[in-house]
Amino acid sequence: MTVIARRASRPLGRVSVPTVTLAHGGGGSAMKDLIDDVFVAAFDNAELAALEDQARFVLADLARHGDRLAFTTDSFVVDPLFFPGGDIGKLAVCGTVNDLAVGGARPLYLSCAVVIEEGLPVDTLRRIAGSMAQTARVAGVEVVTGDTKVVQRGACDKLFITTTGIGVIRPGLDLGLHRAQPGDVVLVNGLLGDHGAAILGARGDMALETPIESDCAALHELIAALLAAAPGVRFIRDATRGGLATVLNEIAEASRVAIEIDEALTPLRDEVKGFCEILGLDPLYLANEGKIVVVAPAAEAEAALAALRAHPLGAGACLIGEVGEGEAGRVTMNTVLGGRRIVDMLVGEQLPRIC
Amino acid sequence: MKYVDEFRDRDKASALVREIESLVARIEVVKQRPINIMEVCGGHTHSIFRYGIEGMLPEAIELVHGPGCPVCVLPMGIVDDCVAIAEQPGVIFTTFGDAMRVPGTRKSLLQAKAEGADVRMVYSPMDALALARRNPEREVVFFGIGFETTMPSTALTILQAASDGAANFSVFCNHITIVPTIKAILDSPDLQLDGFLGPGHVSMVIGTAPYEFISRHYRKPMVVAGFEPLDVLQSIWMVLKQIDEGRAEIENQYSRVVLDAGNAAALSALSRVYELREFFEWRGLGSIDHSGVRIRSDYARFDAERKFTLRNARIADPKSCQCGEVLKGVIRPWQCKIFGTACTPETPVGALMVSSEGACAAYYQYGGIKKQATLA
Repeated sequence: MTVIARRASRPLGRVSVPTVTLAHGGGGSAMKDLIDDVFVAAFDNAELAALEDQARFVLADLARHGDRLAFTTDSFVVDPLFFPGGDIGKLAVCGTVNDLAVGGARPLYLSCAVVIEEGLPVDTLRRIAGSMAQTARVAGVEVVTGDTKVVQRGACDKLFITTTGIGVIRPGLDLGLHRAQPGDVVLVNGLLGDHGAAILGARGDMALETPIESDCAALHELIAALLAAAPGVRFIRDATRGGLATVLNEIAEASRVAIEIDEALTPLRDEVKGFCEILGLDPLYLANEGKIVVVAPAAEAEAALAALRAHPLGAGACLIGEVGEGEAGRVTMNTVLGGRRIVDMLVGEQLPRIC
Repeated sequence: MKYVDEFRDRDKASALVREIESLVARIEVVKQRPINIMEVCGGHTHSIFRYGIEGMLPEAIELVHGPGCPVCVLPMGIVDDCVAIAEQPGVIFTTFGDAMRVPGTRKSLLQAKAEGADVRMVYSPMDALALARRNPEREVVFFGIGFETTMPSTALTILQAASDGAANFSVFCNHITIVPTIKAILDSPDLQLDGFLGPGHVSMVIGTAPYEFISRHYRKPMVVAGFEPLDVLQSIWMVLKQIDEGRAEIENQYSRVVLDAGNAAALSALSRVYELREFFEWRGLGSIDHSGVRIRSDYARFDAERKFTLRNARIADPKSCQCGEVLKGVIRPWQCKIFGTACTPETPVGALMVSSEGACAAYYQYGGIKKQATLA
């Protein structure tokens, strides 16, 4: 598309050993074979195959999509590498695509830098690169540059991936954390907490089996549809680490407003509720990888909800609360019981209560 | 969720609140001062804040958040001993999650872990024993804390370890017992309590009889309460009803779980494995006679206190800390001199700011609505 055309394809190297060793990070032919065999083969595009030290873009082509570049980076260290509903590769693509999309950008290109612990099976790496490629293909983005490092056993945990993304924002769009106003509504695109619960369950150290799958998904199409239907949307953020509660606190703080949500309207599946009850966790703080929090003017609430619900990734969208004039920076929740409580920022990590 | 949502029903809750309001209106003492009801257990404190129950009650009811958060009352010296054990070569130190954040004089277990100690979170002492089986070359130590609620599972694990002949498993036993603590609170001269919500999970094990002295000697009502919000509201109503009728009895609201006689199997495991300590040092409350248990000499080989040399130092609470007065209901959390300033959940000075079940942390994180309304 907008990348500069490169020379014709060359024969790709192959890895013949079953596990990654320090040799694969040494800069020699073993490393080149690993990059060819795993990443160039999976991502399959001319820009990457050229193996230059950088990807190159024609500015005029980028400018066709809008008037501002969006640029973001994220590292992925999830344990386990494979979990119900996804894997670290899918997560690494979706996470960065979503970080671009919530700013209103159309995601275009990603980089992929990996730090591999020696001893990782090459097949595991192939599976993960394949998952990244598949997710990128579906999302319509290309992985055009990357880096590979191998470290000694114990220096990292199996595999860490960093993806950086570039997208373009169309003229006139200005989403901002500080833009929430009293009277606005707060929406989410579906059930909350699935990713956090799925990962905790998949770690297997709490002897709890759950059917919960991660909600990991690329949300740029959903967001594009939302912004087309409700152009007045003030702000969107994906509710990843720290969950819904953290995003709401960030909005309330930056916009100097109060936010009030309703527990009865906040969508949670029974399995996630039960999981949290047993472990003494609060689902409002569980991570999501396919859920956004949207602040929109009340006049566009219906249009925004309809647009979200029309997309498969927003079928469970609902209005969970509103922005008010109370104490600036304060998030409260009306409980199912009819009481009211403060929803604060999480302190440190959520640790299960003992009894 | 089945069998859970029923206990969170909004209509039933507002009906109960109306009943509570009409009872309070009839009680004489309310004309002079608020009615102080202590929920002893941190689980109740958590429910009260989680569901915003305090704000639903009439102004005339003050809930006093008692000492029943085992994590909060852990003294610094014990945390220091945990860190010392965890930092021994070859040790895997296992603990319930929220004990990891409790500050010691030098560091918490979370910090010790970051610095290289092998500290692992478990959900049951049985998980720790399983870890010992899988790692025969390592010494696995379980940090036994909690009231009678968690005591039986630690006892059964020790009995299991004995029958397995496990050689590399031990328990750092810091279990505490609720009855002497309630007595110490009732004996406190600055106390102003009108009744208690009793800890349901403790009574699931010990039954209701051990509380009889509260009604007999101190003439205070207690209702053993469940942990769902309707349980808490109904139990508050039951306490008020006793006050209104001039009764002081031990009643059981949590009868779907608690038998008056308790759980015989659990009680027998407790008496086989533990014996009372002469005293136990509580953070915030100081030393209370017979309020802790240790492992009997029959099971000495599973006792980390005997396997390791521990300093067992008594570290005084910081001077600025008023946790003791909050625990006894003498002051409210936000009336403490350092609440929210020097003492926050990120940098807890006092015990009650440590766990989300601690009254101060709960106020800091969930509460404050009623307080703000009162101050406005």
